[in-house]
Amino acid sequence: MTMFENELKKGNFVISECNSCKTIIWPPSDYCNNCFSQATWRKIDPAGKLIEFSKKEETVFGMIELEGKIRVIGKLKINPLDIREGQCVRLHSCNYDKGPQFTFVPCNGAY
Amino acid sequence: MNKVAVVGYGNTKFSNEDKSIESLLTSATKSLFDQTKNLEQGDIDAVLVSTNDNTKYLSAILSELTGISPKISHTVENLCSSGTNSIVSAYSYIVSGLADIVLVVGADRYDCPGQILEWDVSRGEFNHPVFWASVFTKAHKREFRTTQEDLATVSAKNHSNARFNPHAYSNKTYSIDDVLQSKFITDDLHLLDCSRPCSGASSVLLASENVAKKFEQPIWIKGIGQKTTSASLTKNEDLTTMTSTKIAAKQAFDMAKIQVNDVNVTELHDAFTICEIMALEDIGFVKKGDGASYARGLYDTQDNKINPRGGLIGSGHPLGATGIAQVIEITQQLQNKAEKRQIKNASIGLVHNMSAAATSSTVLLFQS
Repeated sequence: MTMFENELKKGNFVISECNSCKTIIWPPSDYCNNCFSQATWRKIDPAGKLIEFSKKEETVFGMIELEGKIRVIGKLKINPLDIREGQCVRLHSCNYDKGPQFTFVPCNGAY
Repeated sequence: MNKVAVVGYGNTKFSNEDKSIESLLTSATKSLFDQTKNLEQGDIDAVLVSTNDNTKYLSAILSELTGISPKISHTVENLCSSGTNSIVSAYSYIVSGLADIVLVVGADRYDCPGQILEWDVSRGEFNHPVFWASVFTKAHKREFRTTQEDLATVSAKNHSNARFNPHAYSNKTYSIDDVLQSKFITDDLHLLDCSRPCSGASSVLLASENVAKKFEQPIWIKGIGQKTTSASLTKNEDLTTMTSTKIAAKQAFDMAKIQVNDVNVTELHDAFTICEIMALEDIGFVKKGDGASYARGLYDTQDNKINPRGGLIGSGHPLGATGIAQVIEITQQLQNKAEKRQIKNASIGLVHNMSAAATSSTVLLFQS
């Protein structure tokens, strides 16, 4: 497993950032895709923006932008009647089980 | 520069049959030899196999099974656009002088591993293509008021066009209501909004200008455009635009010195109904936001100039074969051999083939 996957399994969403030019490399990699310097790993800022969403049966999913650059498709624990594109969401949990899993909740209020 | 022509082709029927990848490849090659006069195994300089199958050394295996000893043989894989990528590779071998005749054969099985891109961790647990397609669809609905009925029109049209494609997975037609009544896969896509993976193979023979003369009705490759913007779907900043398609189309038109209005017949990569609507806009057939109404007009007037063989939705989508099947359709159209699918007086045709949420696109232009 990669560092990214191992950390996800522990519940940590980590990203790689270049030591030299500070580029955020996404999807993550050991080397910077701008200057080829070594990257270091750090925890992501959990606050993000909901770019777009849809629903499969009872599961709401959507594309979320984090740190203004990273986009992931994650599960949304939001009442479908209250959801709106552009709203603030935060990373609630993550895991790795055969593949990555990301779950988001609204920034404010209960879900 | 050396000119390159399509001078032969072969197809299998697209189906859910449990046939081996070797058998599929060999069947499409046999079909090509059966239909191409003046061709012998010894004429072929290169054999390229387009597939997402994990079987190793397939081009050498295909060569052995069909009695060919090529100078060059290898596999080309680029997910759903492996087919047109292999054709661009063949074109390059011919233009460079390394080969005069190249056999390109594409095949995949219904269970091919190319449907999921595990590397792209940004897809999370929603790794099936239907999830990015739903997000694209929702964004297009929001931005341009595209409706579920607009999407259903694309599916009904392409299934109707596939009636006359003898190699299509199914010749069954569906009304707009049938599409709207089909199972919801997500809130934004019905089952009949989606193309289906299946088993199938297609082959083409490409030749240099000098050699093409010995074959009947060569069809010339006039323009090639390709662009890979990323491997991760989340780099597409505007969810209603397929940026790689837009760039590839411009390159192809510039190379061919052809305008979009000159195109008579077109194969678009309608992996999902929204993809046809976006491709119509991004290639420049219509302005942004007008793709849905244009597709509806085609349906209402029974005009089959876009996806005459039924597209991926009507024909089925054996990944490695799809781009090659698209090229065969345009070749037959420009040869006036498309029978009940024939577009009258077609002389210029376009193929659009793409991969992985349009992170990579190919646009090819052909002329008789």
